[in-house]
Amino acid sequence: MVVVLTVLSTISGGLLSGLKNATAARIEVQQLKFVKGPAIKTILEGVTNDPIADRFAIKDGKMERKFFVGKFGDKADTVVLESFGKGYGGDVGLMVAVNVKDDTILGVGVTTHSETPGLGARAKDDPGFVSQFKGMPIKETFKVTNDGGKVNAMSGATITSRAVCSAASDAGMIYQKLKPQLDEKLKEFNK
Amino acid sequence: MAKTLTQEFTKGLWEEIAPFRLVLGLCPVLGVTTTMENGIGMGLATTFVLVCSNILVASLRNIIPAKVRIACFIIIIATFVVVVELLMQAFTYPLFLKLGVFIPLIVVNCIVLGRAEAYASKNSIVFSIADGLGIGIGFTLSLAALGAIREILGTGKFFGTAVFGPSFEPFTFMVQAPGAFVCLGLMLCLMNLVGSK
Repeated sequence: MVVVLTVLSTISGGLLSGLKNATAARIEVQQLKFVKGPAIKTILEGVTNDPIADRFAIKDGKMERKFFVGKFGDKADTVVLESFGKGYGGDVGLMVAVNVKDDTILGVGVTTHSETPGLGARAKDDPGFVSQFKGMPIKETFKVTNDGGKVNAMSGATITSRAVCSAASDAGMIYQKLKPQLDEKLKEFNK
Repeated sequence: MAKTLTQEFTKGLWEEIAPFRLVLGLCPVLGVTTTMENGIGMGLATTFVLVCSNILVASLRNIIPAKVRIACFIIIIATFVVVVELLMQAFTYPLFLKLGVFIPLIVVNCIVLGRAEAYASKNSIVFSIADGLGIGIGFTLSLAALGAIREILGTGKFFGTAVFGPSFEPFTFMVQAPGAFVCLGLMLCLMNLVGSK
């Protein structure tokens, strides 16, 4: 009895981890195309290059972080990075576009999430909430007004609003930590 | 074996068509059939899980101890559901976004577990494949039919193209949850009318 269950679970686990590895690259491409791509295009309105194609990665400790480059005119002065915050139904992914010249947020957009439809999911569907971040300095720690911050939470979705704020703050920390490397990399795109 | 392979296959298409005759697996039937495309996608995903789990359950039916058979069936079914989920993410991402939480819910779909327990654990592999395919395709057809009716009436479109003139006012009620119940009830009624004659 125990043996059969153990063997069955082991085979199942092995098979699934193998398949997950095999499909990981393709799933990432699909997410870029259908979720992250459109989110990036919305926050970088009027961009003159293809931010999905112009991307690079920087090592941050053990993690590898991906950045997307936005060009306006012929100057590559905007980077987009993704960060995550704990939402009501799991991680909420947030794309944050930062202008590297004055360190302000150009725009943010929610990508992958499992929030409640009609409540937390509005963070993705309703541009009103995320547009509050536009023009804010990235150095700030973002909080909703209830927690003493400046961001108005979506009614009925405080936890999701907090998740977006913490993701934006995280993005700010990553950005400041990697700023020297970022500037180096961006020079290549300005040649 | 009293029944032939063809009989085992076709019983799932009419005689024992799962959502209408057995009234099983109603969660996806009501949940995803807002358009025909969603219905077919969900149906095919379920069919895949059904056939694969039937094959495995039938081939292991002499090894699996009776006391833990449900646990074993669930492991087998859950494995194939994750396989479907990963494959859908890799190849049909837009459909995956639409079906969302209903894909992992195939694990607890009582049709799949029902066929494993009632059929595949007692019959040979070939017959179990026929059974799984029949029930699965019957399920897909039911979802497609329900999806088509709701899509045409609810949005005035069929596969994204408008079928009525511009004067048609979409019957929005049909794409909402109550519309699913009403539509399913009417179809059940029709099936019984036809079947009783």
